[in-house]
Amino acid sequence: MSILIGHDTRLLVQGITGREGEFHSRAMQEYGTKIVAGMTPGKGGQQALDGTVPVFNTVAEAVRQTGANTSCIFVPAPGAPDAILEAIGAGIATVFCITEGIPALDMVPVVEAVRLAGARLIGPNCPGATSPGRAKVGIIPGSVHLAGDVGVVSRSGTLTYEAVQAMTDAGIGQSTCIGIGGDPIIGTTFLDVLQLFAADPGTRALVLIGEIGGAAEEEAAAWAADHLRDIPKAAFIAGRTAPEGKRMGHAGAIISGGSGTAASKVTALEAAGFKVAGSPSELPGLLRAAGYRG
Amino acid sequence: MKIQEADAKGLLLAQGLPVPAWSVARSPAEARGAAESILATGADRVVIKAQVLVGGRGKAGGVKLAGSAGEAEAIAGQILGMSIKGITVRKVLVAAAADIVKEFYLSAVLDRAARQILLMGSAEGGVEIEQVAAERPEAIVTVHAHPHLGLLDWQARELAFRMGLGGHLKAAAGIAKGLVRTMLACDADLVEINPLAIVREAGPNGTTVERLVCLDAKVTLDDSALPRHPELEVLRDLDEEDPADVAARAAGISFIRLDGTIGCMVNGAGLAMTTMDLVKRAGGEPANFLDIGGGAKADKVTEAMRLILSDPKVNAILVNIFGGITRGDEVALGLIEARAQQVRDVPMVVRIVGTNAAEAAELLRAARFETAATLDEAAAIAVAASQAARA
Repeated sequence: MSILIGHDTRLLVQGITGREGEFHSRAMQEYGTKIVAGMTPGKGGQQALDGTVPVFNTVAEAVRQTGANTSCIFVPAPGAPDAILEAIGAGIATVFCITEGIPALDMVPVVEAVRLAGARLIGPNCPGATSPGRAKVGIIPGSVHLAGDVGVVSRSGTLTYEAVQAMTDAGIGQSTCIGIGGDPIIGTTFLDVLQLFAADPGTRALVLIGEIGGAAEEEAAAWAADHLRDIPKAAFIAGRTAPEGKRMGHAGAIISGGSGTAASKVTALEAAGFKVAGSPSELPGLLRAAGYRG
Repeated sequence: MKIQEADAKGLLLAQGLPVPAWSVARSPAEARGAAESILATGADRVVIKAQVLVGGRGKAGGVKLAGSAGEAEAIAGQILGMSIKGITVRKVLVAAAADIVKEFYLSAVLDRAARQILLMGSAEGGVEIEQVAAERPEAIVTVHAHPHLGLLDWQARELAFRMGLGGHLKAAAGIAKGLVRTMLACDADLVEINPLAIVREAGPNGTTVERLVCLDAKVTLDDSALPRHPELEVLRDLDEEDPADVAARAAGISFIRLDGTIGCMVNGAGLAMTTMDLVKRAGGEPANFLDIGGGAKADKVTEAMRLILSDPKVNAILVNIFGGITRGDEVALGLIEARAQQVRDVPMVVRIVGTNAAEAAELLRAARFETAATLDEAAAIAVAASQAARA
């Protein structure tokens, strides 16, 4: 089993005719993801990906004609908030926004609209998710994965690939890997994902990859302490050596006023029973030390 | 992006908030001129404040009062050129010294956890809010602005009452709403007034009146929103920027200079932080955080290498690339080109995995680069090279 995406995913790609959108749509399709529709205003009626995917002018039309239930957004930052709103307005249940550089205050009304619609937004500024062997939505290279039963949730992009590759190399497969995004305002938090994994019978262990800034790792750890006591858990936190007051690339990755430090996150995770790695390469060993047999 | 107090006050004023007049001086003579005009309006004294983008300027001696134009000139002479936390003071703000009755704190900040704008107020102003939060959290009152409708009138009034500003209700509620307006108009992460103060001013016919005013202002802007705010981009204070920061921004590279000796080039922010952490864990000190971003081509790699080598402390370099959108062979070509151009020979270890890693390995082998298979191994090699260079 898996969370968020799987065999039932019928994917719409918003911005499929753009350079990034087309490149990654091809990779998703090659991985086996069912891309049922593309959407670019003004290009309705065209075919994308060598004639295999119909392009529509509006999301509503794409949903009506193809039954798309999940969307992946590659629209540039100025238009991305509107793309999210169009998707949920058309009844799409799960929206992945890959776009980076969206101003944080643009996202405040959008995440509220998503909540009111009862939909789920992952990102923005996220690499997407993969349920190995089933579907891949976003930009994570398919080659790093192995199908299995460990759920992986991360705030980063390439660091996720690094950690997942280490697991795959050690023969530890994944149920779903999800990157929630490095922006200050995101639709789905660590806590949300842990709750989804907790309800998934196909997920029997967890890996959390966090970074400095904010308090989302601590919040997730507090919940895990009460609800995920008995399953093997490992974690890694990036930014142990980052100085205070400097934004480390991601808009969300900043230590300010003494909060958001790696030390605080490591302490909270260890208290919740996570084995915390000093390097991503240690994650497979720590999972096994935590009792994972897979 | 941080901006200076004087510029932050300008943004508040533009939204109709009560900010007492000020001017900015870049020399003692300019400070004297500014003080003369202020004293001519009837003020007893002027305040002279260092304009730097770091906190703690008061404690560092960067804020002083003067009773005459001559004294203002002398004090400006002391403050200008002073170093505060490593930043040289190049300008001062000059304003009439306020007759303060009581100080408050008020800010609007992006609350990441709640995903809304948070208003924070306190009757304990003039001190660091972090200190109040740690010692007396009950002294801070908060309210979230509605995500679609903004700060509602009743919320602003309630905040004012809870802060003990019932006597200045209209002004306080107006300021609270003005902070949210400023935040939205400028795409700010933070708009902070500390202190917000009740001051005594001369009224008509020799009377005095009390008024609520913003005596200080701190505004932090969202970097992601600057492309749509050219009027705010010009507020960037290049006086306080390292030339390397300017070059990095122009090249679209995320770069932060640190104190160590091992230059790092990585794709992705999380992986870049991890690379720094592993350098430190292996016994070395990273010289920088550097994220070349996704899909970087050879020219970006050469620019990144120039940035790293512009730091004379760098005596070893670690390149760590996990190809996804970024192609390993593009990075390898950039490294080969950079080495041909570079003026200084520094030992380098390269680790490239992911997309087109095999092609990259072939290119690097032919060009005789030292490579590593894992990040842990790369960190160990870089640290050993750095230590050998120092010995």
